[in-house]
Amino acid sequence: MNELKTKIRVENFNFYYDKKHALKNISMNVPEHRVTALIGPSGCGKSTFLRSLNRMNDLIEHTRCDGTVVVDNVNIYDEAIDVVELRKKVGMIFQRSNPFPKSIYDNVAYGPRINNIKEKKQLDEIVERSLIRAALWDEVKDDLSKSGLALSGGQQQRLCIARAVAVDPEILLMDEPASALDPLATTKIEELIHELKEKYTIVIVTHNMQQAARVSDFTAFFYMGEQIEFDETKKIFTMPGKKQTEDYITGRFG
Amino acid sequence: MIKKKILNASVSSATALSAFFILAIVAVVMGNIIIEGSSTVTWEFLTGKPTEGMTQGGIFPAIFGTFLLVVIMSIIGVPIGTITAIYLTEYANQHSPFARLIRFAVNTLAGVPAIVFGLFGLGFFIQFVGSSMDKALLPAGELRWGQPNILWASLTMAILTLPVVIVSVEEALKSVPRELREASLALGATKFETIWKIVLPNSLAGMLTGGILAVSRGAGEVAPILFTGAAYFLPKLPNSLSDQFMELGYHIYIMSTQSPDVEATRGIQYATTLVLLVLTFALNFSAIFLRYRVRKNMAH
Repeated sequence: MNELKTKIRVENFNFYYDKKHALKNISMNVPEHRVTALIGPSGCGKSTFLRSLNRMNDLIEHTRCDGTVVVDNVNIYDEAIDVVELRKKVGMIFQRSNPFPKSIYDNVAYGPRINNIKEKKQLDEIVERSLIRAALWDEVKDDLSKSGLALSGGQQQRLCIARAVAVDPEILLMDEPASALDPLATTKIEELIHELKEKYTIVIVTHNMQQAARVSDFTAFFYMGEQIEFDETKKIFTMPGKKQTEDYITGRFG
Repeated sequence: MIKKKILNASVSSATALSAFFILAIVAVVMGNIIIEGSSTVTWEFLTGKPTEGMTQGGIFPAIFGTFLLVVIMSIIGVPIGTITAIYLTEYANQHSPFARLIRFAVNTLAGVPAIVFGLFGLGFFIQFVGSSMDKALLPAGELRWGQPNILWASLTMAILTLPVVIVSVEEALKSVPRELREASLALGATKFETIWKIVLPNSLAGMLTGGILAVSRGAGEVAPILFTGAAYFLPKLPNSLSDQFMELGYHIYIMSTQSPDVEATRGIQYATTLVLLVLTFALNFSAIFLRYRVRKNMAH
């Protein structure tokens, strides 16, 4: 673990919804170009933690946090940080696929256009490259003007991945990206995650233990707002260090 | 058991009866107007001027005036209402005293009787704003803006319809799913870019519905324009914002109460009422249709 470069360093991070202490003293080093899975029962804080990494929680009223989250040596909760720039660097895939009610092309080109890329040729290239990267190009290349909403659930989620990678992020946060998909579509997404980690650092929240075991290199187990254990996935699933982790992954509670 | 059955049957027939009663009222009103009015509604009636002391001729100046009134009203009221609604739903802290105060003001505005708006228009726009403009712009004693005209009537009407616009635009904005906003923000879009490129285009039809409902409300009101710009009779169409105008609702009112020969205008009254009803119904139906389309699109 030592030879890996740390992409996100979290130190003593606390998060509160009004009076509820939702994340307690989380510390974690997320390694670059690896997949880190966050597991734990519903309400354990894993999604809250994920959304803290690109400051999506800023949008929720009456929340506050303390501690540090350092991405590439910059504390993202520093007052001088431009949240908009941060979110370009830290992309997000949501639980429910949420393509815009626009064409496939316009969905993928949305991010680049916001960044003032207007030239048709350049946009075409980005759209093609992003769709290839999201393993969707071959299925949609003949009809990019079709509405994103006309795609199947699995295709929609891959479109969202293409949309996210189109702005050239360095980190991808995935919030249960396959929970609404059938097994075949889930397999596709998992294969894709495996390919994507070559270019991106991935943090994924999942309810599905097998999925965490299949796709991730590192796993953090959260319980009631606390990080119980964080280690290599192999180790977590074969010889967990804590009794609670073992109970959870063997299905004794959850 | 029998008691229960009797109670049940009588309640259900009572409710059905009152529902039928409503239908019957609509049928009688509509039927009466259609039967009495339709024979007078001809092409000449729709395009001609009133003649013979308004006992003959058409109602084109009133149709034109109504049209102009709602257009100017929308140009002023819809942007203000839309921007207020955007502030309330997108920017204001939902629990802040200021946002609550605005919401309270909107609700209060919605409950104020139309005639009060008319008096407000007279007092504020004509006697205060208009007179001040005349004093500043014209030689002493001359009158241009300090009297009823279509601009002041439209402004008064815009204020009257503001709550309708605000409430329907707010609903339209709220119907845009949070997921879409988050997707946009997560791509590094600013809040303004998200509103401009995602929220507004996806609530356009809802906003249009609000605009149409406001227009149909405005087209049916007479009280606000009574003192602020509607004319009894005008030989020519208004060609400046400081001109007075004729209006359908007001035309019906004066013909049925102020005409020298009320009996002689009976046919025209019915016909004018029919035109006004068809106009407002058509607007309401298009609003309902638009809303239906939006809901269908959102359901995807």
